[in-house]
Amino acid sequence: MGLDVSSHLHPVGSFDLADHPVPTGREEVWRFTPLKRLRGLHDSAPLTGSEYDVKTEAPEGVAVGYRPVAHSDRGLSGLVPTDRISARVWQDTTRVLTVEVPAEAEVAEPVFINFTGTGVAEAASGHLLVKVGAHATATVVVRFQGSTTLAENVEVAVGDGARLTFVTLQDWSDDAVHHSTQHALVGRDASLKHVAVTFGGDVVRHDVTATYSGPGGDIEMLGLYFADAGQHIEHRLFVDHNAPKTRSHVTYKGALQGQGAHTVWIGNVLIRKEAEGIETYEENRNLVLTDGCQADSVPNLEIETGEIAGAGHASATGRFDDEQLFYLRSRGIEEKEARRLVVHGFFNDLIRRIAVPELEEQLAATVEAELSKNVLKED
Amino acid sequence: MSTLEINDLHVSVKTDDGDKEILKGVTLTVKDGETHAIMGPNGSGKSTLAYSIAGHPKYDITSGTVTLDGNDVLAMTVDERARAGLFLAMQYPVEVPGVSVSNFLRTAKTAIDGEAPKLRTWVKEVNATLANLNLDATFGQRSVNEGFSGGEKKRHEIAQMELLDPGMAILDETDSGLDIDALKIVSEGVNRFRAKDAKAVLLITHYTRILRYIQPDFVHVFVDGRIADQGGPELAEELEANGYDKYVKAAVTAG
Ligand SMILES: Nc1ncnc2c1ncn2[C@@H]1O[C@H](COP(=O)(O)OP(=O)(O)OP(=O)(O)O)[C@@H](O)[C@H]1O
Ligand SMILES: [Mg+2]
Repeated sequence: MGLDVSSHLHPVGSFDLADHPVPTGREEVWRFTPLKRLRGLHDSAPLTGSEYDVKTEAPEGVAVGYRPVAHSDRGLSGLVPTDRISARVWQDTTRVLTVEVPAEAEVAEPVFINFTGTGVAEAASGHLLVKVGAHATATVVVRFQGSTTLAENVEVAVGDGARLTFVTLQDWSDDAVHHSTQHALVGRDASLKHVAVTFGGDVVRHDVTATYSGPGGDIEMLGLYFADAGQHIEHRLFVDHNAPKTRSHVTYKGALQGQGAHTVWIGNVLIRKEAEGIETYEENRNLVLTDGCQADSVPNLEIETGEIAGAGHASATGRFDDEQLFYLRSRGIEEKEARRLVVHGFFNDLIRRIAVPELEEQLAATVEAELSKNVLKED
Repeated sequence: MSTLEINDLHVSVKTDDGDKEILKGVTLTVKDGETHAIMGPNGSGKSTLAYSIAGHPKYDITSGTVTLDGNDVLAMTVDERARAGLFLAMQYPVEVPGVSVSNFLRTAKTAIDGEAPKLRTWVKEVNATLANLNLDATFGQRSVNEGFSGGEKKRHEIAQMELLDPGMAILDETDSGLDIDALKIVSEGVNRFRAKDAKAVLLITHYTRILRYIQPDFVHVFVDGRIADQGGPELAEELEANGYDKYVKAAVTAG
């Protein structure tokens, strides 16, 4: 039995695995994903692998640790699985990695969760919950690296008036498969900056939904991705404006290079009837650096009320701009260097907006490293 | 310190209805220390000439030669031309999002000189050059041409010219869109540049206004892809009084 989903913007979730048949690839939400390369995550591969290592760095005042499901706040964000992978993870989860920022805490240093995969043979699963108390301020950075087959559920709950920057950095090895289902709940007058940076991995698919538990909430979603030959990187976003005076601003930028590099960006926004006076803008830009790449970009805005402050979206996929290259080269700058400048420039404002100083240098360096694979390659 | 020689240059662009010839045989020599003004009506091909010399990929050189100090410019890549000492201040400078002016200037200077400039003197030089052009120090942090006003774009072009210090500069309508104060500031920049040593300057303009501040040695009238007339500064005065009508009519008659 499948779920009764009238619009994929009104998904009806279920904790019962029986409600989630194995996807065939023809479903709207799966049509871009190479299911065959998911190593059975979407089907019935056991999720009990332990080929990974997790290290956390928590500044003073922040509690980070595993809690048994029964003694955890699992479900706090309102996450209800809407796909089979998420439902399977939910079913198999025994412990919840919990990051807890107490109310009114002002935490300047980021919390780091460093996940290193050490093998792909056995699929692993996990559940992360980030809970930020009312009026607190914090930054949480999850860094993934190594080889893995990983499916996870992530919950982010931002209390009233709190401010959270939540970053995931997918710096995987070439053989990693990573599926992440994330749900964020943003409190009254709270703000969430959600950042996804994806460079590595064979298949990385993130399905991120966000909604509000009161008026005045602010969600900013920033994404930066760089797909190489053969890589599939998919970011699916859904902001559900269910409260008045809320705001969402989505900017995802990607570059693609090499045969078979494939990126998917889905930007869904729903403005419900009660969501009066909201403002939303979503934007996806892709820079195609070589032949043989495919960038799919699907913005989708569903508006159920006319009483909004503003709503818009933009999507553009293009190659290097000849005029930009000409301008730079006419100043003596060699072609490769000109391309380098343009790509760094393309990502720069985004990296600035992420505004996590501890990451800025690393991100610029990673962009540089990606460029050396193709654009700057010695021929 | 350069001499630019253009000989019987024919240039066309690709259009939906096939190739369209825009430059129909341009011959012109700009020697060391000389300033030449090219004046002509809209659409006569002035920018095409400038872009063709700089190597813009949109233009096909169908015949003719361009040399700089005897070296074949047309055989060079765009960046090689710049490193050989050619500079084009563009009519419509291009936005490069996310690339700061200071990073851009430093990268260009490094490319032109073949080595990075000495940091301390360079920063001073950049700040002084920007200040001379009435651009404040925070200008360096802005993205190249992004959100610049028309006047800022033109002043930024002149700042680049002064800092990169080419032997030969082509200024494509650097005067257009400037108010009188900005025009004076830009002209002072060009004159500072000319005074440095024997620079070759090709000043493309629509109006005689800028020629009051930058004295040309020669004036060429450009109509329908060709030089229709040439003379000294007095020719500019005549154009001011009588316009291009007589040349345009002649070009039409000539077919
Ligand atoms: N891609 C193109 N397709 C067709 N015609 C073109 C193309 N590019 C340029 N042209 C034509 O070439 C002619 C010369 O253009 P150019 O920009 O060189 O003129 P200009 O003298 O610089 O004019 P202005 O004073 O307006 O700057 C114009 O008639 C223009 O329409
Ligand atoms: Mg022009």
